[in-house]
Amino acid sequence: MDVELLIGILPQVVIDGLILGFMYALIALGYTMVYGVLEFINFAHSEVFIFGAFVGVEIMLGLKSAGVLERFPWILVLVVVLLAGMLASALLAFTIERVAYRPLRHAPRLIPLISAIGVSFFLQDVIRLTESIWRNAFNLVYPTIESLNVRLEITETIDVSIKSLVVIVAALLMLWALHALVNRTKVGTAIRAVAEDQAAASLMGINVNRIISLTFVIGGAMGGAAGVLFGVQYGLINPYTGFIPGLKAFTAAVLGGIGNIPGAMLGGLVLGLLEAFAASYLSLLTGGAFGAEYKDIFAFSILILILIFRPKGLLGEVVRERA
Amino acid sequence: MLRLDDVHVAYGEIPALKGVALEVREGEIVALLGNNGAGKTTTLRTISGLLVPMRGALTLDNQPLAGVPPHEIVRRGIAHVPEGRRIFNRLTVRENLTMGAYTRSDTVVIAGDLERVLTLFPRLQERITQVAGTLSGGEQQMLAIGRALMARPRLLLLDEPSMGLAPVLVEQIFETVRDINRQGTTILLVEQNAAMALAVAQRGYVIETGAIVLSGTAAELADNPEVRRAYLGE
Ligand SMILES: Nc1ncnc2c1ncn2[C@@H]1O[C@H](COP(=O)(O)OP(=O)(O)OP(=O)(O)O)[C@@H](O)[C@H]1O
Ligand SMILES: [Mg+2]
Repeated sequence: MDVELLIGILPQVVIDGLILGFMYALIALGYTMVYGVLEFINFAHSEVFIFGAFVGVEIMLGLKSAGVLERFPWILVLVVVLLAGMLASALLAFTIERVAYRPLRHAPRLIPLISAIGVSFFLQDVIRLTESIWRNAFNLVYPTIESLNVRLEITETIDVSIKSLVVIVAALLMLWALHALVNRTKVGTAIRAVAEDQAAASLMGINVNRIISLTFVIGGAMGGAAGVLFGVQYGLINPYTGFIPGLKAFTAAVLGGIGNIPGAMLGGLVLGLLEAFAASYLSLLTGGAFGAEYKDIFAFSILILILIFRPKGLLGEVVRERA
Repeated sequence: MLRLDDVHVAYGEIPALKGVALEVREGEIVALLGNNGAGKTTTLRTISGLLVPMRGALTLDNQPLAGVPPHEIVRRGIAHVPEGRRIFNRLTVRENLTMGAYTRSDTVVIAGDLERVLTLFPRLQERITQVAGTLSGGEQQMLAIGRALMARPRLLLLDEPSMGLAPVLVEQIFETVRDINRQGTTILLVEQNAAMALAVAQRGYVIETGAIVLSGTAAELADNPEVRRAYLGE
């Protein structure tokens, strides 16, 4: 076994894992925030995520065909695309809640879940139909921005693209902003109050429905940002691309302790890193017996192990409640 | 100030209030007494908008309250300390108190009110950064009352504030209730501890299976043989 090689690729693996992990973390927030207030799994969140990616790619393709994509500073383009993706996904999430979940608020638990699965399929096909009519294709590729692909050399063997750094920094900024919003503002405190006891929150003068909408909007915005970053990082998207990252982000939310916001961030990072480690090291460590394609099996086996020993997730149930 | 007239409320098909009529006047402490399951909590939940009456009139300063959502009713000046306290366990003491003032934006006055609540309950001051779920039962009750006061209510609804507290604390809570009232807040008080309730209240009502069966001044009720037998344990 080539120890030097194993150590040599480590920084690269960590960077890959962080990118993936931050992406999962951003998506996981949408699941966990909605679960926190409604105890409901928003199955359509994976489409909210990919919708952001589609809005992003449309703007970039539009800029490209107008011939201005490379003329604007890349940071400006990126900020605009990110904000548009966030806004679009936030609006979509808001609408989904109003149309498909709120009327079922008092129905038995399984009913809104089925509604969510329906919305998920519906959105996949609406995106596919729209893009097919509009572009005659529904597999779209993010146009490259040359300056984003520049690689910075850190050492002789390690380099990292500006793109990757941008994804990590953007995700960090957003997670930090959300954390500050939830923990240091009045409305953030209201979100936590509603998550704990809706009736008591309404007795404080909190408009519970408005806070529920807000959690969908915030979760949607984070999902939309993740969608744009996903497109920028990996390039190819189609209407069904959201499903697997969505499922993994949901797992990350459970791993962190569903309903727990720092938990979703931590769970996302852990899952992303596990996956990256497995993808790079499995075949090296097993002499090729298990290839990178086993990464999910490896990552999920570890998850199952963690959940056996901590069924509430890594950060679940921080406070024990008393009567 | 507050008036209920022939109020009917049901949980699904099961009726809980069958024509409750009562009145609370500005500046009063009014006690609402009754056995378990009589409908005391249901009455308070109806006033604060958590339940909607099927029939009857419910008014605050002659404005109808029925059908107004709870978060609007808080803005109209009614704060409710619910049965079982219902503080936010995962929020800190300070955050709980901040939530009490949720509808207000007068930051300076809010800061003053926070001071007032912390003076009223020095124990809360000591635990201000602590997560509320870790407070003792008595401290949680103080927090629940303090949180409601942060709304600057004109009318305070208290649902069994003495429940589960040691006798010393019960005394203290009732003393506080009197203080709050002296500072200008009208109070509707639900209590199992009828002796204490009648000692602080000016007037009272007795509710039985969803209807008011007796009313009068606190002194009249305390002298009433039936009240003495049923609620004062004689
Ligand atoms: N959520 C509910 N669903 C169905 N019935 C209820 C519900 N809450 C209360 N009830 C019923 O309504 C009636 C009045 O209950 P309520 O809680 O108002 O009584 P209470 O006077 O507050 O009693 P206690 O002193 O035990 O708190 C009872 O018969 C009770 O069983
Ligand atoms: Mg009760």
